[in-house]
Amino acid sequence: MKSYDIVIIGGGPAGLAAAVSARKEGIGSILILERDKELGGILNQCIHNGFGLHTFKEELTGPEYAGRFIDQVLELGIEYKLNTMVMDIGADKLVTAMNREEGMFQIRAGAVILAMGCRERSRGALNIPGYRPAGIYSAGTAQRLVNMEGFMPGREVVILGSGDIGLIMARRMTLEGAKVKVVAELMPYSGGLKRNIVQCLDDYGIPLKLSHTVVNIKGKERLEGITLAQVDQKGKPVPGTEEEYSCDTLLLSVGLIPENELSDGMGIQMNPVTSGPKVNERMETSIEGVFACGNVLHVHDLVDFVSEEAAAAGRNAARYVKGQEAKGNGHIVSLNPVQGVRYTVPCTIDPDKMDDVQIVRFRVGNVYKKCTIGVYFDDEQVMSRKRPVVAPGEMEEVKLEKAKLLQYPDLKTITIKIEEA
Amino acid sequence: MEKRELICIGCPMGCPLTVELEGSEVKSVSGHTCKRGDVYARKEVTNPTRIVTSTVKVTGGSADMVSVKTREDIPKDKIFACVQALKDVVVEAPVHIGDVILSNVAGTGVDIVATKHVL
Repeated sequence: MKSYDIVIIGGGPAGLAAAVSARKEGIGSILILERDKELGGILNQCIHNGFGLHTFKEELTGPEYAGRFIDQVLELGIEYKLNTMVMDIGADKLVTAMNREEGMFQIRAGAVILAMGCRERSRGALNIPGYRPAGIYSAGTAQRLVNMEGFMPGREVVILGSGDIGLIMARRMTLEGAKVKVVAELMPYSGGLKRNIVQCLDDYGIPLKLSHTVVNIKGKERLEGITLAQVDQKGKPVPGTEEEYSCDTLLLSVGLIPENELSDGMGIQMNPVTSGPKVNERMETSIEGVFACGNVLHVHDLVDFVSEEAAAAGRNAARYVKGQEAKGNGHIVSLNPVQGVRYTVPCTIDPDKMDDVQIVRFRVGNVYKKCTIGVYFDDEQVMSRKRPVVAPGEMEEVKLEKAKLLQYPDLKTITIKIEEA
Repeated sequence: MEKRELICIGCPMGCPLTVELEGSEVKSVSGHTCKRGDVYARKEVTNPTRIVTSTVKVTGGSADMVSVKTREDIPKDKIFACVQALKDVVVEAPVHIGDVILSNVAGTGVDIVATKHVL
């Protein structure tokens, strides 16, 4: 059986950045396992620009951003296998995978980095009534068809959900000659970035209907139209508000779900809010030597932050393999997201093992205007940051300093909350 | 004095911007958190521009399509002319990131370049 110091599951942005970072920490034996026919993951189909402003200080498209990391992986001589599906990972870090050339095979890993990304929520999860005709796609599937395979899914389009992929596809389908009639969003706010509403919808005069959802799907073989209705505060359709739209295509951009079957199989402790593993300050899961990063951990808006997080996971996996992890005295501080803060990554921090500055990322559960993000060390407020507006579609962060945490040897809980004026 | 509220599209932060205009002259920009915001706001109220991204067909390579972009931003009202100009373009592999696919697209003076290697 082959063995590697670090096995990385997934060759998308997270896996690539983790690999590069681990190699730069001096780990020679690294293997990336990727199920697609090329490295780069979802970035390959994200042909729009806006990637990399933080990482490379310039504005790149998805394939260009991926290309920068792929080039580094190749230059550093990091091994990878394409068209390879990981079937199982044991808690003892025995990786079982298969591909057409080698059949089923097993690899012994010193450390594992989970970087499997996420997948789209599908129609089945929404309970939309009506027929099941052709013409209903998740937004990402349509993106792959248009951008990579050169097919147009349809000509008259309605988009349900205002996630970023839906907004990006509204523009893309319009540029390719389709008529995008409306983007409907169940919530009273958009799930996507504000910039995408401006440059993907407003630029092209595509209406965004908030607090609206699809209540009927018509057409037996091919989609012929949908019925849109307004919803009340509980998300229930309001009778009498129905509007008919004829369309041959319905795109669903209704959320992303971290793809954690492998993590579940290992018995890793999961965070029910993110559907991703719980990790500590080193991006390490509840199983020693198993790290997680990128969208498998929590769904990001910005690939730049995925790369940053993955680099941390790679660095820490390298230290683990080399036996160079910082020593702690068992003092673990837990993070407590309350009052509008839905979750935090990481979930716990060991002040002795953390880097000099720890970025804690989180999402809020609602739109809050003119609020402050409050950080409390047990009952003492240590930070208060004013924000003109925070929204669920945009990830937030606070920075914690190691020097500060070390001043509180009895600290048990760091609470992060939204405080309204 | 006219006030216009914009959302910066310079990066995913999406800063809310306020531009004060006297006729077509920009008097002030506020709300930005970096210099991209200032540049965007001034352009957006006078000559709005966008980077356009699309795909073109490629033959003899490992993929059927190659992603492309305008090397720089082009006037907003040229977007559709730009996409139209790309409609029938077919290139031969190998294509490398940065290769010019079409020069001076739609008379904008801006080249279309590949954003992916197709070998």
